[in-house]
Amino acid sequence: MTDATQQTPTRGARTGFSMGEGMKRVLIGVLSVVIGVLAWHIGAMNTSPLFLPSPWSVAKTTGEMIADGSLFVAIGASAWRIAAGWAAGVIIGVPLGLFMGRFQIVRLLCDPWIEFFRFIPPIAFVTLAVIWLGPGEITKIALIFYCTVFIVTINTIAGVENVNQLRLQAARSMGASKLTEMTTVIFPSAVPFMITGARIAMGNSFLTVVSAEIVSAQTGLGSMIWTARNFGRTDWVFVGIISLGILGYLFDRAFRMATRKWFRRFLF
Amino acid sequence: MSNGASIELGHVGISFGTAQIVSNVNLDIKPGEFVCLLGPSGCGKSTLLNAIAGFLPVAGSISVGGDRVTKPGLDRGVVFQSAEVLFPWLTIRENVEYGLKIRGVAKAERAKKAEHFIGMVGLAHAADKFPKELSGGMRQRAQIARVLINEPSVVLMDEPFGALDAQTREVLQEELDRLWRKTGCTIVFVTHDIWEALLLADRVVVMTAGPRAGIKTIQPIDLPHPRDAASPECLELFRRLRDDIGEEVKRALEQQGLNREEEPAT
Repeated sequence: MTDATQQTPTRGARTGFSMGEGMKRVLIGVLSVVIGVLAWHIGAMNTSPLFLPSPWSVAKTTGEMIADGSLFVAIGASAWRIAAGWAAGVIIGVPLGLFMGRFQIVRLLCDPWIEFFRFIPPIAFVTLAVIWLGPGEITKIALIFYCTVFIVTINTIAGVENVNQLRLQAARSMGASKLTEMTTVIFPSAVPFMITGARIAMGNSFLTVVSAEIVSAQTGLGSMIWTARNFGRTDWVFVGIISLGILGYLFDRAFRMATRKWFRRFLF
Repeated sequence: MSNGASIELGHVGISFGTAQIVSNVNLDIKPGEFVCLLGPSGCGKSTLLNAIAGFLPVAGSISVGGDRVTKPGLDRGVVFQSAEVLFPWLTIRENVEYGLKIRGVAKAERAKKAEHFIGMVGLAHAADKFPKELSGGMRQRAQIARVLINEPSVVLMDEPFGALDAQTREVLQEELDRLWRKTGCTIVFVTHDIWEALLLADRVVVMTAGPRAGIKTIQPIDLPHPRDAASPECLELFRRLRDDIGEEVKRALEQQGLNREEEPAT
């Protein structure tokens, strides 16, 4: 994948060079995709559509699903669950991590639970989640929240522990209270760690949403992939997989652009 | 402007666990005085400075302006050796305003004061840059402005110019000399550089090699400012300090040598 935006400094100074370089990178990327699709096409010609549908038939199915609106309903359902569960996980995980990193008593209280649950994948909780929360939206969102909150918390704790002690001393000698220290030194220092945690959590949210939707959902990309089985529509599976890949890429892109825009000064 | 406060150290001892770093230090510093703590590296001079700053618990007593030191306070500004202590997510101006901002000083007054102190250290042109965009010398100047804006009566400096190149160091030493006379604050300055101590200090306190470091000698430097390092008086004082400190460095090295033999081969 090309990443022109990563070369932000001095971009203006050598535009000509970067443009050429950027174009080359894009072209190589496009070429790689074309070769892949071509290989897929050759594979499809030598097998049955049930085993491997051709790129063309997948494209046609995609067109149909766009036309009848079903694809966007599925994408929308999955995207909403990921966004809601992930955002809730970040909103709870960041303060939890700050407190756990800062106050030993909170840390000691939470540590055994975090260390235990972090190894249990969200899919292990699907059945329980359905029993406790019912088959509705909240179940899927809760599972994504679950997978996000641990990663964000653990990363935030690492950020707090990584705070430069001299900066804390400097703040104290300039009159910072415990609370001021937290908001003006520890939080900003930990921002890069929080962002890393949130980004990893987003990847995991995609894994979780498909599992959750396969088990208990009428809509969403996971449900679409699972329903395909009942109708022998391998092409639906492909549409679902490709949509997931593109959706994930767009989410990650949007996240990185947003963090660059709003948290730039913290990404030292 | 702020006026200097006196500092009294009475039987000060500092330990980390069972290791005693500093032992039985008695020292009275007059208001507005510039005192250099000089000693071999690892002798505990920075530790003593941190104790005056209120970062460390001590045995004995430390008073600043007659008040017992128990924790860090605004009356004691600290300039660290590493400019890493500047907050990298804030511009120079925001860094300098930090102390005023967390105390709730109004924005207009903050801006005015920051302007003044940034100008005083010659960084007006770089006020809106981030620390990483500045050279080491400029960052140290920013750190000094960030401390002086709080108008501390005592400024504690821990080898602030130690990481800078010789030319920059010389310039900053002269600037510090000027700032000190302008503000009238008391300065305690840790260094292992004899020339630096000679150029700046009213009194040079030579410390013995650790562990259990203490004061070896106190040398008054009764020469007018700005000082000429090449003057005969300076050279004579340099020789005396070098001999004092030389003994301690030798002792420190011998100790390290002995320790090294005791360590198992790796």
